[in-house]
Amino acid sequence: MHTHSFWNHPKDISMMETDIKNETSFDVETIRKDFPILHSLMHGKPLVYLDNAATTQKPLAVLNSINTYYREQNANIHRGVHHLSELATFEYEKARGKIKNFLNAAESKEIIFTRGTTDGINLVAHSYGRKNLRAGDEVIISAMEHHSNIVPWQMVCEETGAKLRVIPMTDDGELIIEEFEKMLSPKTKFVSVVYVSNSLGTVNPVKRIIELAHHHGASVLIDGAQAVAHTKVNVRELDCDFFVFSGHKLFGPTGVGALYGKKISLESMHPYQGGGDMIRSVTFEKTTFNDLPYKFEAGTPHISGGIGLGAAIDYLQKIGMDSIGDYEQELLEYGTAVLQSVSGLKLIGTAKDKASVLSFVLENIHPHDIGTILDREGIAIRTGHHCTQPVMQRFGIPATARASLAFYNTKEEIDLLVKGIEKVKGIFG
Amino acid sequence: MSELNELYQQLILEHNKSPRNFKKLDDATHHAEGFNPLCGDHYDVWVKVEGDKIVDIGFQGSGCAISKSSASMMTTSVKGTTIEQAKQLFEKFHQVVTGKLSVDENIEELGCLGALTGVSEFPARIKCATLAWHAMHSALTDAEETVSTEETKN
Repeated sequence: MHTHSFWNHPKDISMMETDIKNETSFDVETIRKDFPILHSLMHGKPLVYLDNAATTQKPLAVLNSINTYYREQNANIHRGVHHLSELATFEYEKARGKIKNFLNAAESKEIIFTRGTTDGINLVAHSYGRKNLRAGDEVIISAMEHHSNIVPWQMVCEETGAKLRVIPMTDDGELIIEEFEKMLSPKTKFVSVVYVSNSLGTVNPVKRIIELAHHHGASVLIDGAQAVAHTKVNVRELDCDFFVFSGHKLFGPTGVGALYGKKISLESMHPYQGGGDMIRSVTFEKTTFNDLPYKFEAGTPHISGGIGLGAAIDYLQKIGMDSIGDYEQELLEYGTAVLQSVSGLKLIGTAKDKASVLSFVLENIHPHDIGTILDREGIAIRTGHHCTQPVMQRFGIPATARASLAFYNTKEEIDLLVKGIEKVKGIFG
Repeated sequence: MSELNELYQQLILEHNKSPRNFKKLDDATHHAEGFNPLCGDHYDVWVKVEGDKIVDIGFQGSGCAISKSSASMMTTSVKGTTIEQAKQLFEKFHQVVTGKLSVDENIEELGCLGALTGVSEFPARIKCATLAWHAMHSALTDAEETVSTEETKN
């Protein structure tokens, strides 16, 4: 049904990767040409975009695919007999197939289109959680979860009487796996943890966490929002029961994302929302639900978003996730070294295994003030609690300044960040 | 850099470093909290009123240089005024930093608060400049309530 994917054309890939490896290094200048927004000016200065953990910029390939969809393919999907509707359905389902390959899922029906990571977690918490959690059961999350992986579980726990438990972390921002092991018991029904922390950059040992949880009979959801842009994900190797991510953090459009679920888990779950497209037949007496994945996709979806996300995945696979990961680690190492050399600067999140997130605080200067001054230098960073208030509480700080890097960033941009930070320090004397 | 210099004037940096009336009032008659859930800035404001006069005011909490210096200058500006005068000053200050009233025409009346009017060029920071003021207003109006920047119009 889903006819095209990169993995069906191994020759194409090897050619692309060889091309890139033949360069002396990762050709970031060529890559930057693919992102129109990176060439704009902010307050008269060249934009230095270091807020990629919040959202990523979109390459021309994504912008063009959305444009082409609306200009040449726009129709509602899964319902028309006319050619345009078939075309739109084909493109949308092709995108589902690309996501399936990107995550290495077994079947396309295991990929549910969502509005994003938050929507995916809510779907699982409400559909799977409500059905399977009872009073006295336990759900385990971690100390570094985004609010979107805390609040839905709190809501379901309150409703079902289940208890929410939290894996603690060290001062470096690493989960304490021994403590997690001690928490596991026959009461543990669900474990929901983040793969890569958005505020600390920590890459968690999710494979180990999944193994341990499964050993105790608990199902596991992995919040992959910050992981997918930096590392190759293989849901079958991880053996997670659910995996969620957002398109807009993967160089695709906002308002679209995906939930991967093992077929056996998804089939056992009730629909999350009712409406069109998710039914097989409806009478006023009874409705029978559609098969996977449509059972969880009520209403007309974000069709152009799904297609744009598919284009983003194609784009990334052309460059190669391994090349991207290697280059970003180089940037991270460079950024870590130069930031640590700034006096009065303290990095928050110093785990051994990290993605390209540099969260920091400056002595006696609030992150907001850092953010405003850097903005006037054209440098976009995030300041605040990053929707991880418990992480801020853990480190006893109100907020951090966060520079988060993508593969289109450069060492020169990191130098500009450091120069900007020195300016901040100058103003505050 | 000129707008930045305008924003981070010496007076603001000085109040940020050594905030005035940075204290809890044990004998306060009014109290409220101001909270910005988007950034975590948080202040408690205590007011001691005798008759209709603000005889003492103090604040504590944490936030950026703009929010802290604004809170500090607020305390020095309203101490000794009547409740009505304090509310009027808030109204004027609010209108100037949100760009509804001209800076030039009102700068004299605002006194030291004039140092904060550079904020009007930084829309993202207006909530910082008005946070403690909203808390004071809430303390004087509906005592013991937490105000959130996300429930108010800046």
